[in-house]
Amino acid sequence: MAEKVLMKGNEAIAEAAIKAGCRHYFGYPITPQTEIAAYMAKRMPKIGGCFLQAESEIAAINMIYGCSAAGKRCMTSSSSPGISLKGEGISYLAGSDLPAVIVNVQRGGPGLGGIQPSQSDYFQATRGGGHGDYHLIVLAPATVQEMADMTGLAFDLSDKYRIPAMILADGTIGQMMEPVAMPETEPTQYEKPYALTGKGNRDHHNVITSLSLAPEELEQWNVSRYERYAVVEANEARCEEFMMEDAEICVVAFGIASRVSRNAVRAAREKGIKVGMIRPITLWPFPKEALNKAADKCKAFISVELSMGQMIEDVKLSTECRRPVSLCSRAGGMIPSPEEVLAAIEAANEQNGGNR
Amino acid sequence: MKTANILIAGFGGQGALFAGKFLAYSAMLEGRELSWLPSYGPEMRGGTANCSVIISDSPVGTPIVSHPDILIAMNKPSFDKYVPECVPGAKVIYDSTLIDSPCDRDDVEFIPVPATELARGLNIASLSNIILVGKMLKETGVINYENVPTVLSKLIPAKKAAMIELNQLAVKTGYEY
Repeated sequence: MAEKVLMKGNEAIAEAAIKAGCRHYFGYPITPQTEIAAYMAKRMPKIGGCFLQAESEIAAINMIYGCSAAGKRCMTSSSSPGISLKGEGISYLAGSDLPAVIVNVQRGGPGLGGIQPSQSDYFQATRGGGHGDYHLIVLAPATVQEMADMTGLAFDLSDKYRIPAMILADGTIGQMMEPVAMPETEPTQYEKPYALTGKGNRDHHNVITSLSLAPEELEQWNVSRYERYAVVEANEARCEEFMMEDAEICVVAFGIASRVSRNAVRAAREKGIKVGMIRPITLWPFPKEALNKAADKCKAFISVELSMGQMIEDVKLSTECRRPVSLCSRAGGMIPSPEEVLAAIEAANEQNGGNR
Repeated sequence: MKTANILIAGFGGQGALFAGKFLAYSAMLEGRELSWLPSYGPEMRGGTANCSVIISDSPVGTPIVSHPDILIAMNKPSFDKYVPECVPGAKVIYDSTLIDSPCDRDDVEFIPVPATELARGLNIASLSNIILVGKMLKETGVINYENVPTVLSKLIPAKKAAMIELNQLAVKTGYEY
């Protein structure tokens, strides 16, 4: 491992992208993720890469489309309102089976909203966000180290499956500093026979498009894409289990909400409540199996989120509504305190015949 | 050592974030777990600025310090806002040049340091923040005073090398006050 350095989450993403072989970044500034663009602006020219501040988010995502079609690793980043603008381009990437890494350092919404941290783009991220049948691979870092590690992972998964990957962070993780060790391994190279690099000696022209006017063909594209999604769902769901061995109450939280919840779980344990936490690391694919297994022994679930309640739907679906699921959340840029989460744990414990 | 939940608050430009960075770097050099979280947004452009620093021996949960056990207050609004949020037994290190009267809490320890005045006297007016940090090191022992030169040389870029010595003077001034 490299020597640890102190970095902001946003900077860690940028440096990790470079380490992963990304030499093309297209973006447009927006709080609270501007450090990514600033870092790229400083570093890319020094290493023969390309930093380009586009005229808009829409231009940036279409540059990603072109760059990815040419077979290059590329990344764009924004925050909530900017991601909405990128929505059309993201759908085109998915429809053309092009890899790309898209970073969303979320802020409160809807609309222009505010600039404080939020997780209210969960639906947008996990359901695709644009039009049509598609998914993104969605990773949810909770530490600055994970901001770095998951950036590398996002590039690899995206190239491996030809599915755009999103890093769904929030203003807190983007702005905070923690010690981070950058990966020292060389990036994995993926064959990209589809890339538009000139016909050369090939016997055919490569074509990248999301357009098909023949519904039979377009249906087939969708079906084969969903076969790939099934493989991703079977192999790539990731989560962390914390104090789950004997847990009767299960907190489900990702990103910054999982860090607040960790304090609350520890505090509840000190009070003798058997509580644990499942922290989804991939939001799509959602760690359904881990949650369903937890529903065999846990009496109740609590979804802790920075939204009006979005992930709670996946918790209910994953557990097939076999157990009550309550919501502990704040919205609009507010963050639940460990005390609020503790109160939710105590209430769930009380209502479900707690073991105090 | 138990977890230290530190909040540093002042006007934008007083160096609250840098003071926090100094603590964060020190903790990292000592191999401890830590987080540093700034306020961001309009505050950075001239309003109040604060940062949360947590130093611990186990992985840090929430990086947000709402109830500090160490508060460094650099102006009156920050003092008024955060003293009531301190946990009982907290240490409040504050700039007594800018903050006149302590509030009526008797379950926290007030540690006045005329940091602005001391800094002016030494011709290092911009380093009152570091004087307060020096006092904090003395009063809390959260991080090791002996590592200060190493931390400063890592934290301050080579092109501003002249600042290393001045910062060292500021830490020492606070530590010995």
